[in-house]
Amino acid sequence: MYDILVVGSGGAGLSSAIEAKENGAKVAIVCKHYPTNSQTTMAQGGINAALGNIKDDSTTLHTQDTIKSAHSLCDENKVEYMCDMAPRIIEKLENIGVPFSRIDNAPTPLKSIAQRFMGGASVPRACYAQDYTGLKILHTLYDRALQLGIEIIDEHYLLNLIVEDSICLGATFLDIATTQVKSIYAKSTIIATGGYAGIYEGYSTNAYGAVGDGIVSVINAGGSVSDMELVQFHPTALANSSILVSESARGEGGYLLNSDNERFVDELKPRDEVARAIYAQLQNNKSVYLDIRHLGEQKLQELLPQEIALCKLHEDIDPVNELIPIKPVAHYSMGGVEVDEAQRVVGIQGCFSAGECSNSKVHGANRLGGNSLLEILVFGTKASSEALKYIKNISDIKPNDTQEKQDKSYIDSLFEPKDSINIYALKKQLGEILYTQAGILRDEDGLQEAHNKISAIYQQLSNASLQDNSKVHNQYLVEFLELKNALVCASLLIQGAIKRQESRGAHYRSDYPQEASSFQHSIIQNKKDSLCK
Amino acid sequence: MQIKIQRDTKCESFKIENAITLLSALYEIKQTQDATLTFASGCKSGICGACSVRVNGKEQLACAYKVQDNDLIEPLNYHQRQRDLKVDKTKPHQKLKKAASYLHSYIPSTLTHQDELSLHIQSDCILCDSCYSACPVMAVNEEFLGPFALTRAYRYAKDKREDDAKSIIDAVVTNGIWDCTLCGECSAVCPKGIDSKMDITNLRSLAVQHGHMDPNFATASFGTPDFSGGFGFDPNGGF
Repeated sequence: MYDILVVGSGGAGLSSAIEAKENGAKVAIVCKHYPTNSQTTMAQGGINAALGNIKDDSTTLHTQDTIKSAHSLCDENKVEYMCDMAPRIIEKLENIGVPFSRIDNAPTPLKSIAQRFMGGASVPRACYAQDYTGLKILHTLYDRALQLGIEIIDEHYLLNLIVEDSICLGATFLDIATTQVKSIYAKSTIIATGGYAGIYEGYSTNAYGAVGDGIVSVINAGGSVSDMELVQFHPTALANSSILVSESARGEGGYLLNSDNERFVDELKPRDEVARAIYAQLQNNKSVYLDIRHLGEQKLQELLPQEIALCKLHEDIDPVNELIPIKPVAHYSMGGVEVDEAQRVVGIQGCFSAGECSNSKVHGANRLGGNSLLEILVFGTKASSEALKYIKNISDIKPNDTQEKQDKSYIDSLFEPKDSINIYALKKQLGEILYTQAGILRDEDGLQEAHNKISAIYQQLSNASLQDNSKVHNQYLVEFLELKNALVCASLLIQGAIKRQESRGAHYRSDYPQEASSFQHSIIQNKKDSLCK
Repeated sequence: MQIKIQRDTKCESFKIENAITLLSALYEIKQTQDATLTFASGCKSGICGACSVRVNGKEQLACAYKVQDNDLIEPLNYHQRQRDLKVDKTKPHQKLKKAASYLHSYIPSTLTHQDELSLHIQSDCILCDSCYSACPVMAVNEEFLGPFALTRAYRYAKDKREDDAKSIIDAVVTNGIWDCTLCGECSAVCPKGIDSKMDITNLRSLAVQHGHMDPNFATASFGTPDFSGGFGFDPNGGF
């Protein structure tokens, strides 16, 4: 039995576990692949902290910028807390060896960290490590976890929380290598499993498997979710593969053209506005392109080498001479597990949540660039320090294998012969439905229709058996369970979007195009609103 | 286009119609031909390190490799195969701990842009294990720490914030820096352009500075000494 069980090994999970271990707790991290496979690696731009290394800055200004971007949906106290903690988090990262980019002749170690400008910030505030900020932070945290001897349990897929009388006793997992269901008991559990923007299959910059596993476990166990409808779309992903073309392409002077060779939007406007403008062109049957040809080969190779390689690989085009076909795709989920000011999961005692899977209410309706890495580290640490306080009053827990038995029987049932359905076709359908009817532009009719279609797919899946009956490393089984979770999240997203009868930040309803003061609050849902029965 | 995949018991051919990258080809097979094909996947954009395999004998990230007609796809070497192209990375990654590749004792140090550049390439490592799979030393010594662990050890050992580089050096002298043959296979396959061979060479220099001696040098035969303990030329001796 552990003091603290951390589910997920991205920036939030690792920083939770490190905080716990540094304070003497018995902690384990459980992850569905390997720790450094997490999506945190994909964050390129930087991590915000008001260090003022380039230009005068203050935590007050950082707080103001964040609140402004959130479109009145954030918890101002939590934003203030996050921005206040930011310099301390950077100092911690500096002390464990994160290889930040540097400026010369600085008076102190922290002052030597280079900072860059990102959209929506008043000053250059994002500390970065070349174009690999997330990768380098994550790997340094991983190295620190190894140093501390934190136990890491690889390749275990989260099934359910073990809950008795609304108290969390740990969680059940599928051991992917053997298909065994296992219980791991702990005095407290931290859900740090990442976001759900991957449910827009084929229309998402996210990794495979970013489908909200932790969110669904919370819903199943009697917790709540909030603001699931708030998903940020990135304006420029490659048209065929949905691979992200970094904002820096526009920052360096790239512009957008439609198939009539016209510019149609100020490319440097906030992500949601540019994404909507592009989507409107696509709906008008016009293709949209990013044009960076005028920058010249030498400059492109120097400034955007990764982007050029990605275009050649995925679209077979050379951006030095050709236009880059693009589309806006789902990128980041603002909503998630409903938590209180101490990252406690509302409705489940002893359960905490942090990172993209939680709704820490700091991004509101539109996340500011550079705040996602910050959020996962600040609130990952916070969740852990709150869990440490909580476990002081827990002397022991009594194992309860009811959940394990139930999950085992469910997994066994999937191996029984039923309808044969190929989940990969269903995944594509799900992405298509979400993108066209619950994506950048939404309206009541489309959302209702989308919900009907998704409920039908969920039904189909309930009667389906696996197309792979192996008990050894069954990838199909894991992806089947992920699809089920994706559908639950999709349903919550759509219902949130139906309830939010207004347009705010990333959520745009063509039938309610204005912000409405009556919706200046979170939309909360729980099990009874979900597909889980 | 046809590709061949070395599965658990046999090599099978599959037809690919739409996919551009190898990773999308593997999913195309899973959707249209054989749902049991097993492989690892992640970010699709070459940064999470999950999907490395061997293509025609050379390590590649499946998501960053453009699939070609007649390609032969195999799992990584020197990893326990779990199923088809999926391998267990636990044991290779445990070597990071053995190599003590982390910051042992922080000493405040104000770094410069030049310092950043000296750490920049080594810290691009995505732990895809390509270098480990390409390393021929693994075939003869499975306890060899391998290229990525040594590159990461070097990255911390030369960080100016490290006040205890000796602990790192001490951890990489056994089954580590002296066992490498400097063949450069690791550097040739790294998707991020990391030159582990050079990092290992540099670690050797650091080790000497910390009082270690190249055991190959100490045990090498330089012929019969003509003076007491000297290295004089002996035409009858040999290396």
